[in-house]
Amino acid sequence: MTQTVLTVDDSRTIREMLNHTLSAAGFRVVTAEDGVHGLDVLQTERPDVIITDINMPRLDGFGFIEAVRGDAAHRATPILVLTTESEPEKKARAREAGATGWIVKPFNPTKLVDAVRRVAA
Amino acid sequence: MDPMEAIRVTFFQECEELLAQLEEGLLAMEQGEHDAETINSVFRAVHSIKGGGGAFGLDPLVRFAHVFENLLDQIRGGVTEAGHEVIAALLRASDMLADHVSAARDGGTADEARSDAIAAALVALTEGEAHGGDEAAPAEFEGLSFTPMTVALDDEPAGAAQAAWIIRFKPHASLYNKANDAVLVLRELGSLGRIEVEVDAEAVPLLDAMDPEGAYLDWTVRLTGEADEAAVREVFSFVDEDCDLDIAAADAAPDAAIDLLSSLLAIGTAGAEAPPLLAPAIEDIIAAAPAGAPGKAETAPAKAAESAALPAPQTIRVDLERVDRLINLVGELVINQAMLAQRVMESSGAGQASDVNLALADLEHLTRGIQDSVMAIRAQPVKSVFQRMPRLVREVGEAVGKRVRLVTEGENTEVDKTVVERLSEPITHMIRNAIDHGLESPADREAAGKPAEGSVRLTAGHRSGRIVIEVSDDGKGVDRARVKAKAIEKGLIAADAVLTDEEIDNLIFLPGFSTAAAISDISGRGVGMDVVKKSVQALGGRISISSQPGQGSRFTMSLPLTLAVLDGMVVSVGDQTLVAPLTAIVESLKPRPEEVRPLGPDNFVLQIRDVYVPLIDIGQAMGFSRTRVDPTEGVALLVESEGAGRVALMVDNIQGQRQVVIKSLEANYRPTEGVAAATILGDGRVALILDIDGVVTANRRVANRRDPPAREPLARTGT
Repeated sequence: MTQTVLTVDDSRTIREMLNHTLSAAGFRVVTAEDGVHGLDVLQTERPDVIITDINMPRLDGFGFIEAVRGDAAHRATPILVLTTESEPEKKARAREAGATGWIVKPFNPTKLVDAVRRVAA
Repeated sequence: MDPMEAIRVTFFQECEELLAQLEEGLLAMEQGEHDAETINSVFRAVHSIKGGGGAFGLDPLVRFAHVFENLLDQIRGGVTEAGHEVIAALLRASDMLADHVSAARDGGTADEARSDAIAAALVALTEGEAHGGDEAAPAEFEGLSFTPMTVALDDEPAGAAQAAWIIRFKPHASLYNKANDAVLVLRELGSLGRIEVEVDAEAVPLLDAMDPEGAYLDWTVRLTGEADEAAVREVFSFVDEDCDLDIAAADAAPDAAIDLLSSLLAIGTAGAEAPPLLAPAIEDIIAAAPAGAPGKAETAPAKAAESAALPAPQTIRVDLERVDRLINLVGELVINQAMLAQRVMESSGAGQASDVNLALADLEHLTRGIQDSVMAIRAQPVKSVFQRMPRLVREVGEAVGKRVRLVTEGENTEVDKTVVERLSEPITHMIRNAIDHGLESPADREAAGKPAEGSVRLTAGHRSGRIVIEVSDDGKGVDRARVKAKAIEKGLIAADAVLTDEEIDNLIFLPGFSTAAAISDISGRGVGMDVVKKSVQALGGRISISSQPGQGSRFTMSLPLTLAVLDGMVVSVGDQTLVAPLTAIVESLKPRPEEVRPLGPDNFVLQIRDVYVPLIDIGQAMGFSRTRVDPTEGVALLVESEGAGRVALMVDNIQGQRQVVIKSLEANYRPTEGVAAATILGDGRVALILDIDGVVTANRRVANRRDPPAREPLARTGT
């Protein structure tokens, strides 16, 4: 069955790149431009995996993850944090917020798809 | 296009927007705006450029952006204060980042020495990174460059070093709360080699005592394969803080009875999936329990709702070609609608309020609506051009040692995309010119009692259906004696020419006026004001200068809003049909005999409410007719012309007002004085669109022919 990935990132470049890579790997991709938009999309979509950026306008990645974890319909959805920060404190904060794992940018297609497969049930 | 290439194009487009956002934010901060959202948007712009740059392996750009981002992060966190010095450094850095982006796009390299110097300045301002911070950054990024991990080996190459690991893994409840799952970890371990899994389910309580969100299983995995410890640890990287984990090297000897593996894994899978299977029950329990999680659940949506109040205009990106095809089609539609209206009128007679005529009126209304909407698609604010100017001002000011403040106004004024794109060059040149030639040095300014900092104003606004852009400075104004001397020296005017101040100022637009002798390396990039004038004229625009000695100069450009349609007055002149742009027409009237007075042998003036205006016979001026129209039999159009004020144009009669689709005469024939463009009328005939200013200037020249020949070269300035 085709798995769906929701990507949440304010950068068009990164969204397109994720879309391209994940579509090529056989995933169905839905996109959102920031945390608020991501929560909107979750009203109608039930993705198998969510990938989110941290630095975004309106609602950042931390807030977005907390909101998803607080939503009964999506609290068990794996969330990967996509960030250039490799600093431990950023990871720790994402983890605290409820992130399942992370992908450090820049990512190559293999690494990205591996990470998604790794958390996708 | 190769998908990655397409994404690359997107990246550079996005960079343009982000750089604009960056500069806008920094300028707002310079004006004293230090609210979180401004600083955040500045930070995000740099952050996103860095992120995309990393994906394309643009190392110099990423290294620079990283240093830049670090400082911004500290400002965002309140560690570093964004004082004047800091903001100046940030602005320089944003210019440098823009250079890195263009270098990366064009496949070149940015000025490394400059980049390093600016990066060093940023590091110096960054708290705690003053020493060695710049070395740390590149090192980190080397680590980030993507070397694929050696994982997932399905078949075991013979002879590879075998290792065995005993892994004890006891998930905490928090592991499941983050949507991780023990089975996923086991699956991942399975990809590293052969695994034997044992589960200790001793701790699982009876169902009535079981916390559905608890974690009770304790896993022991024996892994045989080539994986080293780092690879094993990597499997647990997402979960190592949410479990008890012990990884130890085991006796490398492979166990013979390894075929138990699959059945064990199956058991492990079933056990590990237990928590998700209970999910529906868990949801019920959570719904029933008022305390605990709900509190957390409420805060986030509240935050979301608050942010959602910010309006975000919805946009789509459309290929420009599609828009242009639509515009062309709508242009044809307008022409066809006009033709249809004319045919109907001819066959049924005018003034008949038939159903057909009513329907036609509706059709015309609709057509215009479509046309306006289509034009609005191409309309863009001049902001994209204005935004590039602060950097230019900083650089030029620095290069010539002058302090300059740029004030912009009306940057949201909209105009056709093509016009916006072609505005950049003339505006750039006028601003360079204003700083280099207009403003005095700080010392001279103080001596003249002015503030040391010069001011350059760039404004845009709509005025009578055109966009008017002005560049003004508070400098010394045009040095008329010098300009005139130079024009004489270059043979552009006769030595004894008598010129008004305005005429002298306009000499700078003459081809061949600007030369190296008067020009520094700033404004003298092989472009004179004559080239500026030509590029403005190519857009159907005009440029003029006004200057006050000691107080400054002002360049005014007036351009059409769109290059596609025009509201015109259709008039007959001799056997020709012409279109006069409606925007230029103030009123039309039938002169009475006593209102027309001769002025000299060939010229007439028309009296309109106590004012005399020159009367120009269009037929004669354009060479359509040899005889002058009797002013009392024709119609006079009172028009506003740039430079010459109000003028009355004589035509035979008025056919009506109409919106016409502009067809370029230059592109299809050649530039013709007095004619701006052509159009196709409802009856299918071609009509020329008058260039009112061109006609007026040409007429002044004819009038001036009787003046000393010295004036003739000057007349060229007016065209």
